[in-house]
Amino acid sequence: MSGHEFQSFFPESGEVDMTDTSTNIDETTMAELRELAGRYPQPRSALLPMLHLVQSVDGRVSPAGIEACAQVLGITTAQVSGVATFYTMYRRRPAGRHHIGVCTTALCAVMGGDALLDCVEAKLGIHPDETTADGAFSLERIECNAACDFAPVMMVNWEFMDNMTPDKAEQLLDDLSAGKDVKASRGATLTSWREAERVLAGFPDGRADEGPSAGEASLLGKGIADAEGWTAPNPEVTKL
Amino acid sequence: MTDLLTPVLSANWGDEKSWDIAAYTASGGYAAIDKAFAMTPDEVTNLVKDAGLRGRGGAGFPTGMKWSFVPKDNPNPKYLVVNGDESEPGTCKDIPLLMASPHTLVEGMIIASYAIGCHTAFVYIRGEVLHVIRRMRHAVEQAYAAGHLGKNIHGSGYDLDIIVHAGAGAYICGEETALLDSLEGRRGQPRLRPPFPAVAGLYASPTVINNVESIASVPCIVANGAAWFSSMGTEKSKGMTIYSLSGHVARPGQFEAPLGITLRELLDLSGGIRAGHELKFWTPGGSSTPILTGEHLDVPLDYEGMASVGSMLGTKALQIFDETVSVVRTTLRWVEFYKHESCGKCTPCREGSWWLVQLLKKFEDGVAEEGDVDKLLDVCDNIGGKSFCALADGAVACVTSAVRHFRPEFEAGYHTPAYELFPYGRSALFEVAEGSHA
Repeated sequence: MSGHEFQSFFPESGEVDMTDTSTNIDETTMAELRELAGRYPQPRSALLPMLHLVQSVDGRVSPAGIEACAQVLGITTAQVSGVATFYTMYRRRPAGRHHIGVCTTALCAVMGGDALLDCVEAKLGIHPDETTADGAFSLERIECNAACDFAPVMMVNWEFMDNMTPDKAEQLLDDLSAGKDVKASRGATLTSWREAERVLAGFPDGRADEGPSAGEASLLGKGIADAEGWTAPNPEVTKL
Repeated sequence: MTDLLTPVLSANWGDEKSWDIAAYTASGGYAAIDKAFAMTPDEVTNLVKDAGLRGRGGAGFPTGMKWSFVPKDNPNPKYLVVNGDESEPGTCKDIPLLMASPHTLVEGMIIASYAIGCHTAFVYIRGEVLHVIRRMRHAVEQAYAAGHLGKNIHGSGYDLDIIVHAGAGAYICGEETALLDSLEGRRGQPRLRPPFPAVAGLYASPTVINNVESIASVPCIVANGAAWFSSMGTEKSKGMTIYSLSGHVARPGQFEAPLGITLRELLDLSGGIRAGHELKFWTPGGSSTPILTGEHLDVPLDYEGMASVGSMLGTKALQIFDETVSVVRTTLRWVEFYKHESCGKCTPCREGSWWLVQLLKKFEDGVAEEGDVDKLLDVCDNIGGKSFCALADGAVACVTSAVRHFRPEFEAGYHTPAYELFPYGRSALFEVAEGSHA
């Protein structure tokens, strides 16, 4: 021991897990990867969507998925890995059927997000960045998800679960465990994380028409304006 | 006298199936396209310049001027990239807009693309908002089917394709040059400028990058005229915009008002601070804009007003914190965010944000040492302005402004933990066990 051993402060960072070589990527996946590459003026622009597709098929960014992307785009596996390890949505280990995110950035944290995360951890028996033994849930401490007027915010498979409380969170997790239909606050009936990843990759699931136009908070100002009779100026008047 | 609130972009958000093309068209949508096609591209750009529209993504750069920087003699294709990577803590205006009325953005993109001579436009939306991406893709499909996109739009001879692109989780991709790298399938790291994107952006071709709300504001300008738009707002900050009120208020939400409304007016409209509490501090435009206090309630929320009190209008994300909140805890959380989101390219930001977190944790735990406040400011001084992009500046703005307004609270961190001074459970919206400091 020299006393100068390297100590990483980022134990969770690093490369893609190359020890688990399992994959479900088949010819259909390869064709879809090629289709994504064909949607852009330059194929490499499709790399982010392609990695979302890999996750939808393999439940994580798999070594085979990296090879597949590299092969389709004609770039090296190192180039693909470099991208895959930069973005937080790409997972190095399998996500659960449902991926839970609890926002603990400043505003959500002080409004209850920290306590909410404690509650979800206790309920699921896992910590952030872990997956339950049965593969049903994975948990992530997320950062601001652009729904601050609905704080504290929780996400399930990247759908909004607004104005969350510990009681509501427990009910939600129970319902998901029981396989019940659960609707997002502003979104569709929850599917699974893998299905969500497929939509993000660019293959629609036909659910755009589900859910409301807007949440209550989104409509607050509009509602007050309507009640007061306030509007933008009349264009006929401003022309004069 | 203009009304206190002026819903334009948000006017249709409560409509039945407002995201659908039928509802959008029924309320006058897509009519501005033909009006734009009847003008020359330069006339459209000048109209937007005359209206005084400034970028709604934070920097406030005049939108029409940005368009006019695209060189006409460059033989490469021109690109429009809409920045929908809404990730700045506190910011939550583009997401509801895209959820409720994605066609407003599509229509704005058609007009903007026509103005700059672009035939392929992109919307880059952060990946963590599944339903918004569904709605946006659906809107683009509907617009193709209705002949608003594709070849020879409305018989004008003008062609345009729109590509909806989902990100994968990286705040830095909201920075325009990092966004371009990300859209090229790389790690999202900022580029050194010059060259500016208007000259060498996406695929090294001339590129205009605008915020969602900026582009969504274009159809109403074309429809109603520059004079109509500039009749709202203040002398140098024209038009209406979306303010997002969040935190310890009676009723959080979105308010579309002329630029220059004050926080006091917005609080009066929405029922004030949550019952039994009082305002302690707030951000005018996300966590990267220096915090303000109760003495700034009457400063106009426009670009100039916020600059006059040492802050920035930013994204108009008004995060309100009441007297139960520890400013040390909040600052630490924000800096942890920047540390996590630093792309790692520039040493001052990558290492400095890490050191700020270590220092701030000591303040939170009440084990900081005499003089650590000055050390904190010194570290800030070595980060801000010393990196490629504004992430570093945002990371230190919340620290320096917090120390400026609440120095004694930081000094209390020399001996007392923040969670003893401000029991954390009291800031939550629901019952949390005393003594919990998760």
